[in-house]
Amino acid sequence: MKKLNSKEFNVKEFAINNVVPIIFIVLCIVCIPIAGYSGQYLVSQIVTRIMRNSFLVLSLLIPIMAGMGLNFGMTLGAMAGQIGIIFITAWNVVGIPGLLLAAIIATPIAVLLGWFCGKMLNMARGREMITSYMISFFMNGVYQLIVLYGMGPVIPIHSDQVILPRGYGVRNTIDLINVRQSVDTYWQISIGGVNIPILTIILIVLLCLVIVWFRRTKLGQDMRAVGQDMEVAREAGIKVERTRILAIVISTVFAAYGMILYLSNMGTLNTYNSHSQIGMFSIAALLVGGASVSKASIKNVFLGIILFHLMFILTPQAGKNLMGQAQIGEYFRVFVSYGVITLALVLYEIRTRREKAESAKQLANLQKEGAKA
Amino acid sequence: MEKIKSMLKAFGLPRLIIAGFLLLLFIVAPFVNIRVGASITDTLARFGMNSIMVLAMVPMIHSGCGLNFGLPLGIISGLLGATLSIETGVTGPMSFILAILYSTPFAIILGWGYGKLLNRVKGSEMMIATYVGFSSVAFMSIMWLLLPYDSPTMVWGYSGSGLRTTISTDGFYSHVLKDFLQLNIGTLSISFGEILFFAIFAFIIWAFLHTKTGTAMTAVGSNPVFARAAGINVDKQRTLSVIMSTWLGALGILCYQQGYGFIQLYQGPMYMAMPAVSAILIGGASVNKASIANVIIGTILYQGIVTMTPSVMNNLIHTDMSEVLRIIVSNGMILYALTRKSGASR
Amino acid sequence: MSEMTKPLLEMQNVSKEYNGNPVLKDVNFTLKQGEVLGLVGENGAGKSTLMNILFGMDVIHQTGGYGGKVLIDGKEVKFASPLDALKAGIGMVHQEFSLLPGFTAAENILLNREPENKSVLSLVFGPRANTIDRKELQKKAIDAITKLGVSLDPDMLVQEMPVGHKQFTEISREISKSSIRLLVLDEPTAVLSEKEAEMLLKAIKNLSAQGISVIFITHRLQEIIDVCNKVIVMRDGRIIKELDAANTSITEMARLMVGRDVNAQSAMIEERPLSPEVVLSIKNLWVDMPGEVVKNVNLEVHKGEFLGIGGLAGQGKIGIPNGIMGLYPAGGSVELYGKPIQLNNPRACLDSSLAFVSEDRRGVGLLLDESLEWNVAFPAMQIQNKFLKQYLGGLIKWRDQEAIKNVTDKYIEQLQIKCTSSKQKAKELSGGNQQKICLAKSFALQPKLLFVSEPTRGIDIGAKALVLKALREYNRELGVTIVMVSSELEELRQCCDRIAIVTDGAISGILPASTPSEDFGILMVGKTGKEAM
Repeated sequence: MKKLNSKEFNVKEFAINNVVPIIFIVLCIVCIPIAGYSGQYLVSQIVTRIMRNSFLVLSLLIPIMAGMGLNFGMTLGAMAGQIGIIFITAWNVVGIPGLLLAAIIATPIAVLLGWFCGKMLNMARGREMITSYMISFFMNGVYQLIVLYGMGPVIPIHSDQVILPRGYGVRNTIDLINVRQSVDTYWQISIGGVNIPILTIILIVLLCLVIVWFRRTKLGQDMRAVGQDMEVAREAGIKVERTRILAIVISTVFAAYGMILYLSNMGTLNTYNSHSQIGMFSIAALLVGGASVSKASIKNVFLGIILFHLMFILTPQAGKNLMGQAQIGEYFRVFVSYGVITLALVLYEIRTRREKAESAKQLANLQKEGAKA
Repeated sequence: MEKIKSMLKAFGLPRLIIAGFLLLLFIVAPFVNIRVGASITDTLARFGMNSIMVLAMVPMIHSGCGLNFGLPLGIISGLLGATLSIETGVTGPMSFILAILYSTPFAIILGWGYGKLLNRVKGSEMMIATYVGFSSVAFMSIMWLLLPYDSPTMVWGYSGSGLRTTISTDGFYSHVLKDFLQLNIGTLSISFGEILFFAIFAFIIWAFLHTKTGTAMTAVGSNPVFARAAGINVDKQRTLSVIMSTWLGALGILCYQQGYGFIQLYQGPMYMAMPAVSAILIGGASVNKASIANVIIGTILYQGIVTMTPSVMNNLIHTDMSEVLRIIVSNGMILYALTRKSGASR
Repeated sequence: MSEMTKPLLEMQNVSKEYNGNPVLKDVNFTLKQGEVLGLVGENGAGKSTLMNILFGMDVIHQTGGYGGKVLIDGKEVKFASPLDALKAGIGMVHQEFSLLPGFTAAENILLNREPENKSVLSLVFGPRANTIDRKELQKKAIDAITKLGVSLDPDMLVQEMPVGHKQFTEISREISKSSIRLLVLDEPTAVLSEKEAEMLLKAIKNLSAQGISVIFITHRLQEIIDVCNKVIVMRDGRIIKELDAANTSITEMARLMVGRDVNAQSAMIEERPLSPEVVLSIKNLWVDMPGEVVKNVNLEVHKGEFLGIGGLAGQGKIGIPNGIMGLYPAGGSVELYGKPIQLNNPRACLDSSLAFVSEDRRGVGLLLDESLEWNVAFPAMQIQNKFLKQYLGGLIKWRDQEAIKNVTDKYIEQLQIKCTSSKQKAKELSGGNQQKICLAKSFALQPKLLFVSEPTRGIDIGAKALVLKALREYNRELGVTIVMVSSELEELRQCCDRIAIVTDGAISGILPASTPSEDFGILMVGKTGKEAM
């Protein structure tokens, strides 16, 4: 039965289920000629963005698997990564060893933050997303407290490159000259004028493999079980709370590594902005790729990054060419980022509701026929 | 003793810490050369500016729609009213009344649509409200550039089109309430105009909650199934509450602008929901219960901390970490409310 | 004695009390290896308590344990938790499915017992980093399914399965546990189609032939005769009789199930002539209430009568008032005094002077976080504009606090509700007093016809008597027609003039309350019962 149905391609259903990616594809197709960028430029830009963001977006997959929705708390991982980067910059550790050291510093911080976040989410069942969102805000305050006031007097960092002239607190932007693109340029080939960083690709592929492998492990299976029905999982003897915390911890740690890669690619750190922006952009990208609150795949990650960032590159220029103001394009892409998250959340809710109503309707019809007979 | 204990428990630990902290600030203040009178003046001024936005939380909490993270939608209605009022060129207190009048239809229409949307996503209202707020702010950012305003006080001077990021309300309704019935005693100055304005609307909401419809709204928030079984149209009550909250949000921002002296457009309203949400929670509200007393206590405590910490901190350790503390306190409070088992009894 | 002859399970003088109320008294029985034991009895006869004791459920420990002994292989056991019972080889399949919709049958069967491939990574990350051995998982699942002897696709997702296959998945899960020796099936056929039920009965025989003992709880008595070796009939916490399944009949079992001592009759009320006027007429009603589906109900309620609706759990009796009052999707036609009532619209029912006391006190019946005053006055205020002061020509409808307090105080006194004041929150009251508040709420509406659903569920004996007395008086003295739904036949017989029995979503018969309980018992077991007669 099921196989038969899946063979019949239902256009309307396909469109309804993939409305977000379809909107984006149309948007990009419209914007490409208006913006007037060359194909080569766009391809090289897209490659850069995939290299920069995929690790971060991939980190969101595991909590979705565990039924905890979009992990707005990935910002916590990003903060941990930034702290690692701040340290290695202050200590002047260069190149790939520097990034490795940053990752080593970031790991325990990310584990701790992830554990805290997981604990909190266990206390707020049914409203995980808004809670993880508020945790990211709350932790942002703590992060600022540490970085803006703690670094210098309490945490001994004395590099002029990092610390503000007043003697404490980290500068607004830090130039990451030491580690700039050190992974990307380590092994790089050029195809048709587009630079392809092989080592970065290897790392991303490796993470994809880890996620594929993870799905097959006992822990992965338990997470899927917990994600579907906590009570059934608990009855079967699965440690639900622990499994949920682990999902968040893993996600946070991956986000920390992702942030380190991202920053090394960017070459500058916006100490007080990078992390909060990256959370929103990663989530928006994943949703653009066709993921929902309860279902996301690696395919969604890459499609999402391509479409979302294509839109990101195109709109300011398109806005300028169309309206004479680049500003409109800037605002437009902010609107689209927020709008797409709103749309995806609303569609998800409405869809689950409709499914429930549908089953009730079917039952009622059955009863009706029974009553007539 | 038991009674005191249970009262303390009902009051909640975080609230106690915040109240204690504020008290401590007031005690320390004279020793670090801060005049208490000026501090109280500041606190009250901020109370006048912000209290109506906090009041805007009440109807939605009552109907079970949760904390109104979608406050920016109401603020946008207010901004539309404000800019349209200035566009007409009317000055003085009349422009304030006009701004209220202009913003009302926007608030009703936007609130109605927003309410319909929230009815379709019951259970995830807060997350979606947050993003509805953000999206609408971003959308209006584009609109502020495109809408055909041409009052010279508002549009960019050099291009002649698109609204400025901040617009002064000087000559229009700057301080219309603040300077009305102001009482000065030494360093202490109290603006009864703002307080009166808040009192009027607080009274209206209080009275509304005592009417038949208000009772139905509270019942919907308390137990929607009970309300439905008692013949109440749950969705209609919820939509009504959202319209009320949105309209109060619009009034709230107008009140804020008259005290502050400026209209902030573009990304300005983006994060304005957080302080209001946090204030009502500090005042003792929970995700599904709130009263006018919560609004008053919460706004005073929250704004007290916001005004007192920077000055005391600065004078004490010559470092201003008040902004960071404010973030931690206000978001921590929201987090505390979300992780508590409120609504567990149903 | 050799090991083989010792019974697998033996219960000796098992008894249990909840807060001083005995719910199980002196239960004795034995179960041999490979034997199939049928367990029958009305709701509340003590079947589930007995099973809870066997499984060492928390409810038992939290309420002071139990008396007597449970022996397995002749040795006394005291299970601290269901996990211990599992270890001893006892498995249970509950009425409600405990399955993951997005997993396949195989994944569900071996949930949290998946076979794993040992990997190097697990040395670093712990055993949960082992990958799952899909092939072995498939094989084990198929083994369990074959053992059960049913046709079930191991790769089918649970959400796409018909109900019967879900049930088979559940049972296969228990069987896949290697140590399984005793399987308890709680009403497994209630949700199955005839054909599926047949398959399941065959499966039970299969298991028994393989040496697995089965305790089979069901209301379908024919099934007991078909598969069981022996039957235990329970009533009021006692084993009334142990029967040989081969030598009994449905009628005998039904009679034993509901039969009462003569002194219960004394509580009955005097008979009244039935008014010829029909107040409420229900035709072809269907209601989609999960677990209590109504298929086709035709019923007439006469003026001033006290009509009871009885029947076993899950047959649809609770669905009737819930459907009429618009709380669940419903269809058909309902007329009150000859005027049709709009279905699926609670307001329309309330406007035409119907009122309903729900069986779900905490979920539907009360505003737990509000005062008693609010709870009592709310519906009357909203529907009938009572307890309101009107200003500006009715433009402002202000809550009349004094009138609300007065009416609440009146009912607090009348129904003897125990509370500190009318301002107390509803959630702080005991179950019985909460129920009285629910009654007060509907009394305040002054309905012409009152539906009451399971009014004594979960409240203690003293409160029970008071609630029933209040209802009786309301009917007798004020002449309000009452339709009461209850699982307890005795309770219905104490109050009602007539009692309708619901079986399989339809009325299987209406009898005067004075009819002997055996007759009701036979109606309850339904179609199969009639055939046997």
